[in-house]
Amino acid sequence: MASWPMLSVITFLPLLGALFIMVLPGEDAAVKRNARWVALWVTLIDLVIVLMLASRFDPASAEFQFVERKPWLAGTVMYHMGVDGISLLFVILTAALMPICILASWRAIETRVKEYMIAFLVLETLMIGTFCALDLVLFYLFFEGGLIPMFLIIGVWGGPRRVYASFKFFLYTLLGSVLMLLAIVAMYNQAGTTDIPALMRYGFSHEMQKWAWLAFFASFAVKMPMWPVHTWLPDAHVEAPTAGSVILAAILLKMGGYGFLRFSLPMFPAASVDFAPLVFALSVVAIVYTSLVALVQEDMKKLIAYSSVAHMGFVTMGIFAATAQGIAGGIFQMVSHGIVSAALFLCVGVVYDRMHSREIATYGGLVNRMPLYAFTFMVFTLANVGLPGTSGFIGEFLTLIGTFKINTWVATLASLGLILSAAYALWLYRKVILGTLEKPSLAAIRDLGVREIAIFAPLVILTIVFGVYPKLVLDMSAASVTALLDNYHHALGGTKAALLGF
Amino acid sequence: MSDILNLPGIFPVLPELVLVLGAMALLMIGVFSGDRATGGISAVAIALLAACIVILVMQPSGKVVAFHGSFVLDGYARFLKILALTGSAVAILMSIEFLSATGRQKFEYPVLILLSTSGMLVLVSAGDLIALYLGFELMSLALYVIAAIDRDNVRSTEAGLKYFVLGALSSGMLLYGCSLIYGFTGTVSFAGIAKATEAGGIGLTFGLVFLFAGFCFKVSAVPFHMWTPDVYEGAPTPVTAFFAAAPKMAGMAVFVRASIAAFPGIVAQWQQIVVFVSIASMVLGAFAAIGQTNIKRLMAYSSIGHMGYALIGLAAGTATTDGVRSVLVYMAIYLAMTLGTFAGIIAMRRPDGPVEEISDLAGLGRTKPTMALFLAVMLFSLAGVPPLAGFFAKLYVFFAAMQAGLYTLAVIGVLASVVGAYYYLAIVKVMYFDEPAPSFVPMRLELRLVLGVTGLFVVLFSFYPGPLVDAAEAAAKSLF
Repeated sequence: MASWPMLSVITFLPLLGALFIMVLPGEDAAVKRNARWVALWVTLIDLVIVLMLASRFDPASAEFQFVERKPWLAGTVMYHMGVDGISLLFVILTAALMPICILASWRAIETRVKEYMIAFLVLETLMIGTFCALDLVLFYLFFEGGLIPMFLIIGVWGGPRRVYASFKFFLYTLLGSVLMLLAIVAMYNQAGTTDIPALMRYGFSHEMQKWAWLAFFASFAVKMPMWPVHTWLPDAHVEAPTAGSVILAAILLKMGGYGFLRFSLPMFPAASVDFAPLVFALSVVAIVYTSLVALVQEDMKKLIAYSSVAHMGFVTMGIFAATAQGIAGGIFQMVSHGIVSAALFLCVGVVYDRMHSREIATYGGLVNRMPLYAFTFMVFTLANVGLPGTSGFIGEFLTLIGTFKINTWVATLASLGLILSAAYALWLYRKVILGTLEKPSLAAIRDLGVREIAIFAPLVILTIVFGVYPKLVLDMSAASVTALLDNYHHALGGTKAALLGF
Repeated sequence: MSDILNLPGIFPVLPELVLVLGAMALLMIGVFSGDRATGGISAVAIALLAACIVILVMQPSGKVVAFHGSFVLDGYARFLKILALTGSAVAILMSIEFLSATGRQKFEYPVLILLSTSGMLVLVSAGDLIALYLGFELMSLALYVIAAIDRDNVRSTEAGLKYFVLGALSSGMLLYGCSLIYGFTGTVSFAGIAKATEAGGIGLTFGLVFLFAGFCFKVSAVPFHMWTPDVYEGAPTPVTAFFAAAPKMAGMAVFVRASIAAFPGIVAQWQQIVVFVSIASMVLGAFAAIGQTNIKRLMAYSSIGHMGYALIGLAAGTATTDGVRSVLVYMAIYLAMTLGTFAGIIAMRRPDGPVEEISDLAGLGRTKPTMALFLAVMLFSLAGVPPLAGFFAKLYVFFAAMQAGLYTLAVIGVLASVVGAYYYLAIVKVMYFDEPAPSFVPMRLELRLVLGVTGLFVVLFSFYPGPLVDAAEAAAKSLF
């Protein structure tokens, strides 16, 4: 075990960076430059510490590691932090994407740079905190607190309809979350603690589980987002600045899936069985319907946003199948989608920075002027489709296997999504990249610069490495997933056999 | 000094005495030296209020009953008195600029606040209906005058008149309720009423309803809230800041004390009233604020909504201390948020005078980034977004409600808070997303101080919530 509170350090280091940027006076060019560099260095140092943490992490143990516990609110609510194999993956993902986001905003953000970097660093603190928190109230604090910086990021640096999008984002998420807050309060009332490991062992009554499950579902389904409460996502994505979209797609959406894994399954197992058909139905609708919607989009970001909803459908389906493959696949899919969707939004950002348009019709034949860009875009398009050899394939495949064992029809319908995703993703690629470069406005477009290559290179490598050697991710979480499932089936008291039967 | 402290009958009312005697002395000074003494009188008035806080902190803890039960000094009273005194002192502090303009140097202003505050202290400590009514009137009469202090201004005068007419009506109802209760129980002391209410009775319930109507008027809870938007908008902004803070503390204090101390026998009857008032206030506060363009009017609806949330705690606080504790925590945090927000609103001044439209805040994030940041923190806190203090205030009342089994109330409460979040966000949107309007004049030092201190409190509360919550817990215990 580490002798120093590593989790607190990785959580609050970005906040310190934000405070430092805050005290930089003025708004001139030097301050802008300093703010960018400080933000970049802080996120890089944070990433290094997170990687150190990961190297010290023992993947064979399902226990929470690097645990910190301090009394906080009136003795009952603790400042309790810790990571297991599931949460650590998301911590790494967050820490890894932050420097990329800062780099991606290097030239794109020219107004109020200081505030922008502060917002991103605060957001990083809150996101890492969400994944490390082992107390419900603490979790809620980080989970909800993230709304403020994201609201500002969309609203201040967003596109033309930013006000509408930011309000929709904030209010949708808040509405779901306050119901979860009530469930948290009710759980505390009954169990006398808000400690997450203790609540996992508590065993609520069936009736209580149902209500609490629904309340948590309200929050996570909006965050995920699941059909039909996904409508905030396309708006938020389209209006957010590139880095905002990246964080939204790569990390904030994952909080929903993480919540299902951390709370819904272990704490309300009986209710999870009861409501699994509901989740399956919503997931299948999400996969098929939003894929169809993606087919008719004219805005690149909107298309990717809808494809995100569809991909998250695989995650929820896999998680609530509650089989080893389903859950492992769900986690893998989240990590993979975190990389791929982030990269796709960055790809859109590249051309948006040059042309200031996200319309698919603006582009065409970019391969002639931008071969590097075409290659990068192709890798991520294929990963998005789920081509074997890319990370996208592993996640979708595992969730489908996991679900197939439980419910053949759901898996069959969901696999339609694979075909549809190939349709919209390749269609997008053909329209934007292939063909002849006819539009005169594109005649002078530049290929990727050094900074952009630095952004994309790690993402390309990770996408392919994870696709070829998924053990890296799967092993990290394997022990935790096994423990989660053991507890789950134990709590259900032998209904495992019955579950596997139908 | 030590002799006075040892006098058994006097020492519990020492803060009240200090205030009343001080107010009279300042009145004399003001009469003889005229309006130019206003600044000095304000400073002395703040010092007196601070001295009262010191006295309250120094007084030995424990429950003291004086004047044959009509005056109770316990941990609960001390907690809320300190809040009310703080609210008044900060309100005077924030009025300095308003009072320094020529033609408005009214030395009566700090004196009236002192008198009103001594009424609040009596109200908080009231142990029977007579003391309750005396405190109520002493507080209110001074408030009516303060509302109309800017007497050459039509809106201020109108606000004072409106407040007076409606306030007199509510006093009448309160008095009518008191007389009914006295008639059906034969006593005016809360302890005596508590004994007599075990039998219940329809007459007593009638009295209770009228009494509660008076309370609701003072804390501006629906359906007795109508005066609030007009008075908040019409009164000069520093006066509005005062109205939104200190009197609310005293009103809520007596509401809770009377309910818990005098009517434990008929909980079912008053609990349903409080539940209804709470729901109505939260919902109206949330929806009615959406359409407002004047920020003071918006704050009026906001305060109506917040009183609704505090009343959740009262509705839940029938059996355990958790409910009362949550009310106390809520009021303390509400006080900080209100004073901070109003410090920002008072600072909305252009060279040609104060402005109060929300659109005047446009682009504040660029023209005055620090002020905008603190104001945004206040607004997010008022909306109840974690990790700010306003979230914890709501957390405690919802916790009490769930514990008491008031699930519907809690669910309506959180849903209303989402609606409420919309209009707070709308202000943040104006400050940060819109193109800048002409800049305000630089913020005065005392306003910076208030906004800064309350802002830090709201932000840092989550790191160190222990002292406030423990103090509220101890205060709540003394009531049972």
